[in-house]
Amino acid sequence: MSRVRLLVGTRKGAFVLTSDGTRKNWDVSGPHFGGWEIYHLKGSPADPNRLYASQSSSWFGQVIQRSNDGGKTWEAVGNKFTYDGPTGTHQWYDGTPHPWEFARVWHLEPSLNDPDTVYAGVEDAALFQTKDGGQAWHELPGLRTHESGHLWQPGAGGMCLHTILLDPGTPGRMFIAISAAGTFRSDDAGKTWRPMNRGLRSEQIPNPTAEVGHCVHRITMHRTRPNVLFMQKHWDVMRSDDAGESWREVSGNLPTDFGFPIDVHAHEPDTIYVVPIKSDSEHYPPDGKLRVYRSRSGGNEWEALTRGLPQSHCYVNVLRDSMSVDALDPCGIYFGTTGGQVYGSADAGDSWQPIVRDLPSVVSVEAQTLP
Amino acid sequence: MTVRVVLPAHLRTLAHVSGEAKVDVPGPVTQRAVLDALEATYPVLRGTIRDQITHQRRAFLRLFACEQDLSHDPPDTLLPEPVAAGAEPLLIVGAMAGG
Repeated sequence: MSRVRLLVGTRKGAFVLTSDGTRKNWDVSGPHFGGWEIYHLKGSPADPNRLYASQSSSWFGQVIQRSNDGGKTWEAVGNKFTYDGPTGTHQWYDGTPHPWEFARVWHLEPSLNDPDTVYAGVEDAALFQTKDGGQAWHELPGLRTHESGHLWQPGAGGMCLHTILLDPGTPGRMFIAISAAGTFRSDDAGKTWRPMNRGLRSEQIPNPTAEVGHCVHRITMHRTRPNVLFMQKHWDVMRSDDAGESWREVSGNLPTDFGFPIDVHAHEPDTIYVVPIKSDSEHYPPDGKLRVYRSRSGGNEWEALTRGLPQSHCYVNVLRDSMSVDALDPCGIYFGTTGGQVYGSADAGDSWQPIVRDLPSVVSVEAQTLP
Repeated sequence: MTVRVVLPAHLRTLAHVSGEAKVDVPGPVTQRAVLDALEATYPVLRGTIRDQITHQRRAFLRLFACEQDLSHDPPDTLLPEPVAAGAEPLLIVGAMAGG
């Protein structure tokens, strides 16, 4: 029977949750790297026991950990992230030029077919790559040095490159998202990039339809239909049917279209999930009710999924990398909260149960489906 | 010279060190020489105490020895004689900043 492994990053360590295919009983391992912020962990699609973790601390900086046995043991690998060439400047919060400064790795995206190749999205926004299992990291500087780079500005959480999507259908094509610059696409394996923000509208910037400057919170795709992208923006849920060339809003009947994560059902490319959050200054669910919203039509028509989720006095947030799906049938979906809960659904969102309730604040959740 | 270094708990865990770290320092015992030797002995500590490129001390770490704060001394200043002689350790201390 297949198994599921959840890789959970928190403000104070990493946890590995495992279950059999029923997804009823879970084994909890951790904390790994106790006391450190674990922004993200992810396994290689080509070798699920090869895991990478971003371990960081305001005191001690950035460490990258690698596991070859599914998270039982770990070894620290390379942690030297040096921008390639002159760093230049981006805009600071007050609009003044500010030099690029490496702060941390937000997201690790292993290659689809090589366990030793991994992309890292970092703050201040840039894309790095390793081809030797994390020992040496090299920047792909074409993104940071894009002609619009001097206009990029940090969001409240920093100027982070937080999303990396590798297109399984078009070799060399990848998408990234930066807060607050927007979405970019490369068609040549990261050498050159184009902004992909046409159709986005952000009232918080001087020109609401500018080519860059949008606070994109998360983008996602279904692997069988990579030309269709879904986006949770600072406000607005968006959809692109042309690989990011243009976007249209699909917020529809959501109670609020602010939020962070967005994900796609493993077997239904038009079934998508978001967690509406009241506003950008009130980072908690509307009415104190934690509700996942599901659209089975690729947006616009949404239904609230509440069974098993707290429907009163709930004021947690769900961060952008904290939702993931498994590949079982029915599809499992999981998300973690800033209150330390990880909720799971083994029936595509119809019902939920807390897998753990009292972890440190959850930053990221990644589901792996294991043989 | 064998120099004793006391690491913060998280760095002891990271470097798999129990108790004090001991490093051999060839030549004059300066901050830079001790940190060079420490990073050579425990490569996993590179970047955790000082920046890998600029070698600037990380902002939330301090360097103490013999009841003195040496954090702002130039890196090529000789450390106190008891540290060089192995009688006293160099303390690498994380700032008390909550969290």
